[in-house]
Amino acid sequence: MQEAIDIMDFPDSTAGADAISGRVDLKSVSKAYGEEWERQEVITNLNLEITPGALTVVVGPSGCGKTTLVNLIAGFETPDSGEILLDGRAITGPSKDRMVVFQETALIPWQTAYENVVFGPKLRGELARDALRQKAEGLLAKVGLAEFMHKYPLQLSGGMQRRAELARALINQPQIMIMDEPFRGLDAMSRGLMQEFFLRLFEENQRTNLFVTSEIDEAIFLADRLVVLSNRPAKLRAIIDIHLPRPRRYQMLSSPEAFRYKRQALEILHQEAMRSFRGSQAVYSASGR
Amino acid sequence: MAGVAQVSRRMTVANPRRSFLRKTFGKSELWRGVIAIVVFLCFWEIGARSEKLFGYAFPYFGLLPPPTDVALAWSKVLVKWGYWESWYQSFQRVLLGFIAAQIVGIPFGLLLAVNRYFREIFFPPFEVLRPIPPLAWVPASLIFWPTNELSIAFVTFLGAFFTIVINVLGGARTIDVRFLRAAQSMGASQWDLFWRIVLPGTLPSIFTGAAVGMGITWEVVVAAEMISGGGTQGSGGLGFFIWNSYMGGSLPQIVVGMISIGIAGYLSSSAIRMIGNRAMPWRHLF
Ligand SMILES: Nc1ncnc2c1ncn2[C@@H]1O[C@H](COP(=O)(O)OP(=O)(O)OP(=O)(O)O)[C@@H](O)[C@H]1O
Ligand SMILES: [Mg+2]
Repeated sequence: MQEAIDIMDFPDSTAGADAISGRVDLKSVSKAYGEEWERQEVITNLNLEITPGALTVVVGPSGCGKTTLVNLIAGFETPDSGEILLDGRAITGPSKDRMVVFQETALIPWQTAYENVVFGPKLRGELARDALRQKAEGLLAKVGLAEFMHKYPLQLSGGMQRRAELARALINQPQIMIMDEPFRGLDAMSRGLMQEFFLRLFEENQRTNLFVTSEIDEAIFLADRLVVLSNRPAKLRAIIDIHLPRPRRYQMLSSPEAFRYKRQALEILHQEAMRSFRGSQAVYSASGR
Repeated sequence: MAGVAQVSRRMTVANPRRSFLRKTFGKSELWRGVIAIVVFLCFWEIGARSEKLFGYAFPYFGLLPPPTDVALAWSKVLVKWGYWESWYQSFQRVLLGFIAAQIVGIPFGLLLAVNRYFREIFFPPFEVLRPIPPLAWVPASLIFWPTNELSIAFVTFLGAFFTIVINVLGGARTIDVRFLRAAQSMGASQWDLFWRIVLPGTLPSIFTGAAVGMGITWEVVVAAEMISGGGTQGSGGLGFFIWNSYMGGSLPQIVVGMISIGIAGYLSSSAIRMIGNRAMPWRHLF
């Protein structure tokens, strides 16, 4: 796998002027779900800036609204108030500027891996057929699926599906890649492999990235900036800049620096957990016990 | 080890005709099925001849014609043109009603699924009409339609139509929003979403609807043939074949008719399954 990554290089990886696009600004964004009488605030007044060309990792307690945040930036949902800007322009709906790799696989089951990858460019008619085929095959080889490109998603393993999905996102050359717990559900082994694989891809391109996870080790291993969210409703709790050198190596996770970052983040998450625990206790005692 | 691999490879690459035979006749489930049918036929034979064999007729079984008599009756009708014409007529009616129901039902179901206003207008009356059994439409359609043939076709159509629509609607409504969203962010228009996501995503339900609808169509055709064929116009078909045998008092021939319908239904549903597997290669990978 490693080898395949190094050989191929990206036609669009040349660090030009537009390599530094993909800046996302969230300005006092709020989002609630449910009908009026049972309204549930999921995100409250969130201000966040996603730095172009950096890997921003979002961590937060389960159910705090991370996926909701992703849906808002992707344009699948609209905020109740506030606005989200991509390179200064307001986001109005889904677009190829912002590709999402979902929490569960979203490969289209009735298309082979190859068909999934060429889906976007083919629809938009961007490339000539041969050029497109070459590019898609190159990308699939790059993610280690050269022999599997004519298989249907159901015939691929979990890790392969994730990689096919990465290839599908990359071919659209988004300004920002959004990953919502993409490696959740993989076993520890392939999760580690996928993380390194993803890092190599990122370090090669320095594309703007938003990566959501609930694994603190994964977060520190990948991140340039670590955004810690509070319990639901999600508020910004902290931004920790991770100054581990790149290219990252897995061994760096056991360095004292990494350890410090980890403790810092865990402390905040722990506070959040305690707070929600106390909150539920208060409800408990209020209910007459 | 290498030897094993080689042998097993040679088996799979064997000339396609051979491997087809092997695939069909080498399966143990096929032989289990054959044995089950043979045992059943033996029981039936003994039961039907119980009066002669044991001097006492088994309940129910004792009243049946034995399978040998049925086979004899069958061999007699097999050479008659009328029998095959019955097959042809029933098949024609089934196909006519079934295809018409598909042509109307699939777009109707898809429209119900994708357009809210359409659904709000047409779903309630559809739901009121749906519980009416197809056969309850027979008298009305005999009055409405100028010919017997048309009323049979209409009733057959109804039988399949409701099932098809409900299946298509249900299938299209349960397509995972993730696929729609993924396609949308890659620049799919509404039109693309429909053709590339909604339609293929509904195919499994379309074929389920077709399989169930095909069964209902056969039920309806046979019943309608019995009802209308007994009248003045002899309209033929396998239903009428049974009815005629009943009038003529030929018990073995009634059974011949029944089994013929069973075979016809089986052939129809096999055809649908086959087309389904062709149309949905991603579904039978295992
Ligand atoms: N479409 C929706 N309708 C109603 N409530 C929703 C909807 N989507 C999310 N929610 C609610 O919003 C809250 C946050 O959900 P979200 O999926 O964003 O959490 P998350 O941080 O991604 O959780 P996890 O880590 O488990 O993936 C949850 O309480 C959920 O019930
Ligand atoms: Mg989530």
